[in-house]
Amino acid sequence: MSAPAPAIEEASEQFESIEQQRAAAELGMWVFLATELMFFAPLFLGYSYGRWALGASFAAASGHTDVVIGTANTAILLTSSLFMALALRAAQLGQQRATRALLLITAALGMTFLALKGLEYYDEWREHLVPWLDFRFEPRYVHGAALFYFLYFGMTGLHAVHLTIGIGIACVFALRLRWYAAKRLSRQIEIGALYWHFVDGIWVFLYPILYLVERHG
Amino acid sequence: MTDGFDTLLPAASLLGHRVDVLFLFVSILTGCVALAIAILLVVFTIRYRHGSKADRSNPPVRIRWLEVTWITVPLAIFLGIFGWSSLVFSQFHRPPRGAMQVHVLAKQWMWKIQHQNGRREIDELHIPLGRPVELIMTSQDVIHSFFVPEFRAKQDVLPGRYMSLWFTATRPGRFRLFCAEYCGTRHSGMHGQVIVMRPTEFAAWLAAGPARDELAARGFEIYRRMGCSGCHEPTSTVHAPDLIGLFGRTVHLADGTMVTADETYIRDSILLPRKQVVVGFDPVMPSFQGQLDEDDLTALIAYIKSRASPP
Amino acid sequence: MSATAADEVRPDKVLHEESYLREGFTLRSWLLTRDHKRIALLYMISVTGFFFLGGSAAALMRLELLTPQGDVVDAETYNKLFTAHGVIMVWFFLIPSIPATLGNFLIPLMIGAREVAFPRLNLASWYIYTLGGLFVVATLIAGGVDTGWTFYTPFSTLFSNTHVILAAAGVFVVGFSSILTGLNFIVTVHRLRTPGLTWFRLPLFVWANYATSIILVLATPVLAMTLSLIVFERITHIGIFDPALGGDPLLFQHLFWFYSHPAVYIMVLPAMGVASEIIPCFARRPVYGYRMMAYAIFGIALIGFLVWGHHMFVSGQSAYASIAFSLLSFIVAIPSAIKVFNWTATLYKGSITLPAPMLYTLGFVGLFTVGGLTGLFLAATALDVHLTDTYFVVAHFHYIMVGGTVMAYLGGLHFWWPKIVGRMYPENWGRIAAVTIFIGFNLTFFPQYLLGAWGMPRRYHEYAPEYQLLNVFSSCGAAILTLGYLLPLFYLVWAMLRGPRAPANPWGATGLEWQTPSPPPKENFSHTPRVVRGPYVYHPNGPAEPQA
Repeated sequence: MSAPAPAIEEASEQFESIEQQRAAAELGMWVFLATELMFFAPLFLGYSYGRWALGASFAAASGHTDVVIGTANTAILLTSSLFMALALRAAQLGQQRATRALLLITAALGMTFLALKGLEYYDEWREHLVPWLDFRFEPRYVHGAALFYFLYFGMTGLHAVHLTIGIGIACVFALRLRWYAAKRLSRQIEIGALYWHFVDGIWVFLYPILYLVERHG
Repeated sequence: MTDGFDTLLPAASLLGHRVDVLFLFVSILTGCVALAIAILLVVFTIRYRHGSKADRSNPPVRIRWLEVTWITVPLAIFLGIFGWSSLVFSQFHRPPRGAMQVHVLAKQWMWKIQHQNGRREIDELHIPLGRPVELIMTSQDVIHSFFVPEFRAKQDVLPGRYMSLWFTATRPGRFRLFCAEYCGTRHSGMHGQVIVMRPTEFAAWLAAGPARDELAARGFEIYRRMGCSGCHEPTSTVHAPDLIGLFGRTVHLADGTMVTADETYIRDSILLPRKQVVVGFDPVMPSFQGQLDEDDLTALIAYIKSRASPP
Repeated sequence: MSATAADEVRPDKVLHEESYLREGFTLRSWLLTRDHKRIALLYMISVTGFFFLGGSAAALMRLELLTPQGDVVDAETYNKLFTAHGVIMVWFFLIPSIPATLGNFLIPLMIGAREVAFPRLNLASWYIYTLGGLFVVATLIAGGVDTGWTFYTPFSTLFSNTHVILAAAGVFVVGFSSILTGLNFIVTVHRLRTPGLTWFRLPLFVWANYATSIILVLATPVLAMTLSLIVFERITHIGIFDPALGGDPLLFQHLFWFYSHPAVYIMVLPAMGVASEIIPCFARRPVYGYRMMAYAIFGIALIGFLVWGHHMFVSGQSAYASIAFSLLSFIVAIPSAIKVFNWTATLYKGSITLPAPMLYTLGFVGLFTVGGLTGLFLAATALDVHLTDTYFVVAHFHYIMVGGTVMAYLGGLHFWWPKIVGRMYPENWGRIAAVTIFIGFNLTFFPQYLLGAWGMPRRYHEYAPEYQLLNVFSSCGAAILTLGYLLPLFYLVWAMLRGPRAPANPWGATGLEWQTPSPPPKENFSHTPRVVRGPYVYHPNGPAEPQA
């Protein structure tokens, strides 16, 4: 096993100092997250419209989402954010092995989320709740329910894509810890953690609106 | 109402004349402003050209009063134009009671017109002089737009929905009709004429010529032939909503919302019966999608409109 | 913000004294560059290519429109031509033109930085742009697309038999190029300003591109989602936009215009930034009302997000919504008016010369004013009912985008050409081209206002015979305009190869970009500049005071 590279890092050419580089990277991530929010915005808007104009249909439709898996997934994702935060802290303290382990746990939790989501999608397909793939619902609510499930799959699907990217990022960091000191990578991990928390944050909004609103019993 | 100034193309409708007054005002205003800016640019460029002996002492840094003026005065003028325009625009959306209704079906790439008495035309619309005419329009395929430049009237025509456009012609003659929303290959070929006739001539034209049955009568024939009367008549054993006096009424739906029964609602009820189920009824009505064409739908809607509530 | 030691020279770094153009002559050194100046030139070549491609489509259209009948091309081809013209010009020329060429080149220089914040991302932006461009070129080769650049449903989703998905994919891809460029600019301006350069000492060109970048990052994702929905609908027929399946064609229009209206401000704000650099320099006076100019830029950017429904007054949108959008559309005209008044006031008591950049810019101010004023007609709902979907609208947006943005772009190219290539362009040719373009432009597009008021609809392959005379004027104007655009193509390239060498500051201008050699070395500055005053400290009778 080769020794990690030296801890002191040179700022890239365009920056005066490493602090400036870090500040720039952080701002860059915030701006990027703003664009990501704008990708989700039309879907949230569609949901709000549906909730307002087709209230009864949306209520009926949201009663069929799997609240057990949804709640479990929420717990898993929130826990993963905790582990990501712990990984960042370990990196800042220079704890090479701990950082690696915590990052891998974070990724594993993310993958568990995706696995459960996949299961959930499969169940929904079997229950004919996938629009365009033989969608069936109580006739008086069918149009609103189709819209609800279109948004459900759109939003959770887009979220899953982002989560997959986040898992990839966490794994890449875990890999790079073979060659670079944890402390040196901590700045990049901080940016990655920001992304992970954003993905978690989106889910914190998706969970109640898709699983909890107007759920009876 | 003025018929003094006309834009490049004399207006030939009631609202058209009102639009033209506003158009004139805005043209004069913007023309003056454009001229003023142009003159200032030219005058300053010449007067203060490099090497000229103009007085350049004490150039102003900020002239508060001027800035306040050039913000508030344009804003006030803009709000004035906005208010005026909104008033005229709202008249576009209020067809007078008793307007003569004509049905328009837009399709790639022609205009199919049908009068209440059943008389049909293609790419031509005959209307009487001086009487409000309301077009009830839908498209069979893509979005089109019914545009008569000399009436200053335009309305996009959408599939699956009925749009209303009204005008009162103020001059007899022939006026160009264009499609104004790109609709495919022969978009520019989708034109025709609006022919305004004096009332007696129009009445004669309407009565003469090849015609199918009067619209509502044909609708009644379809209503019986397709089996609608089997459920929707009061004597039926099947529990179905009563259609008498339906048109224009507020309908309560099963999902808790309320809608007004307009042309689009009736059309949707026939083609997509599960979309808006009336409260208290089971969703057992079959869909007639594919069994009725646009002409049939127009006729059915006309028939249902004709079934007014008893006094 | 940067915080450096007192000694700005970094002795451990190798300083390149040579110009950035001489840092490697291989193809690899250009295609894998991280130098914002070289990336700017890569963009310049690409956007110029697309400009002439989109322009060729327009030339064919104007040729067809000489006669009322459709005798040059058939209807299907004509529809593909105006679609190609719109798609190429909007997304592959106008939106990238000033930000990705002049912005990329100048922003680090104007703020005293060595580079943009993310140089590799910058190069990636260009590659993504090129990929999107390849999709569009593929669409053309495969037979084109005929939906119009606006892709209205249900025509685009259910009825068009052309390559809609390929075209939509190309625009989807190029949108990411815009987003990344905007992201880069925002971080660069926030974090890499040189000591002493506070926000209110920034040149207005930087302010303008900064505001543009905010619009880019917030609006473009919505376009991406909207195009995805079209592709999804075309493949699955799920019925989002199909009324027969419970969908709504108007939903598309709302989503599309929510992006596309701010997009027009993406196209015009950088042009305003260019004008604000050139006018003070050649009037030898500070720009009038610097702070108001900056606030007006943000006013336009913000209110620009709230007016999209003015494209839909006759679409079937509710009358109440239309009236609300109308009010907001009148309000958004105010900050633009402020800018025009301030540019005009800058000339007062100045000492004005008229080299080519100034001619282009004065033309910009005049033509933008006309275009903006005609926007008032369209903001008025009652007038828009008659004028929408006619040539009046075509004239309006060409006055802003061509009379405005293209003129400003050309003015900026001329103004900064000595800085970019280190050599001066021939002044007489520059003036001839500017005047030719101005005349050709007005002859092409002013008749179109009249055509529209007279009722001629847009996107018409054939037209009623009474419209012919004005169409002939317009097509003749287009010929002159074509000539005018070809001139700079030749003499700017000639100047790059053979022009007389330019000094660091041929115009005696005040910005930081002029405090370094022409062309600049790779790191832009040999010493980190320290800014001591605001921009535009020009004097009519005497030398200007540079920022550092």
